[in-house]
Amino acid sequence: MNPLQLCLLASSGLFCIGLVAALARSNTILVLLGLELMLNAANLNFIAFWRYGHPGAPATGVIFVLFAIAVAAAEAAVGLALIIAISRHQRSIRLQEAVTLKG
Amino acid sequence: MNPAALIIIVVLLASAAVALSLRNLVRAALLLTVSWAGLAAFYLWAGAEFVAFAQVLVYVGAVSMVVLFAVLLTRPAPTDPPPPRATYGRVLGALLAGSAVGGLLCGAILGTPLPSSPGAPPALTVREIGRQLMGVHAAALLVAGVLLTVALLGAIVLAAAPGRRRSPDAP
Repeated sequence: MNPLQLCLLASSGLFCIGLVAALARSNTILVLLGLELMLNAANLNFIAFWRYGHPGAPATGVIFVLFAIAVAAAEAAVGLALIIAISRHQRSIRLQEAVTLKG
Repeated sequence: MNPAALIIIVVLLASAAVALSLRNLVRAALLLTVSWAGLAAFYLWAGAEFVAFAQVLVYVGAVSMVVLFAVLLTRPAPTDPPPPRATYGRVLGALLAGSAVGGLLCGAILGTPLPSSPGAPPALTVREIGRQLMGVHAAALLVAGVLLTVALLGAIVLAAAPGRRRSPDAP
């Protein structure tokens, strides 16, 4: 098998694990971790294409991944702050109980 | 493809799958740290050292700690009733959606003639990355910095908002 195909298959597996976690779990923190895993799968794709794809600009994939990691860090911080705010208001972080946003 | 990459990929996928199926949140966060470290090892193996170090710093170091703090701050009180188990319909639906997306992706990957140039990794030094970040992508770097600052300030404001449940006669 092509190494690029193997990398892409691993990335698809990671994406599907994150997707199943984000859909099936009702704990908000685990849903957020599933989203993070999906972002990581996208990063893995970028690196795989940078390594094995057509040789183009030599730094594009790496720089894209660096920006994606920065944005994912911001997303994680804001998401966890929202979870803390929700848990303070509703005394629970189950998604099914967080049905109102008005504080 | 050498066995090292296969081992890294198996560890990565297995730890992620086990972590997200656990009920104990602290264990889940710690196992996900293993998964993120495996991803960093994969980047190292692929030749992207700078990205691997960024992954270790941001995910293994920072995001996992923030997740652990969030787990501890949102822990239910001992008097709260235990959360009900997930319904089977929800889990089944999620598994169906996940396997459908996975099958679609695998079919697309295996059916596409992908380029195979398993030569050396592209020659890329940290010097070149720095030159590109400060040159071509300087505006994007500034925007990312502003985004991070605003997001972290917003996170502090959200998480530190005073509780409004206080009764009016309280001090």
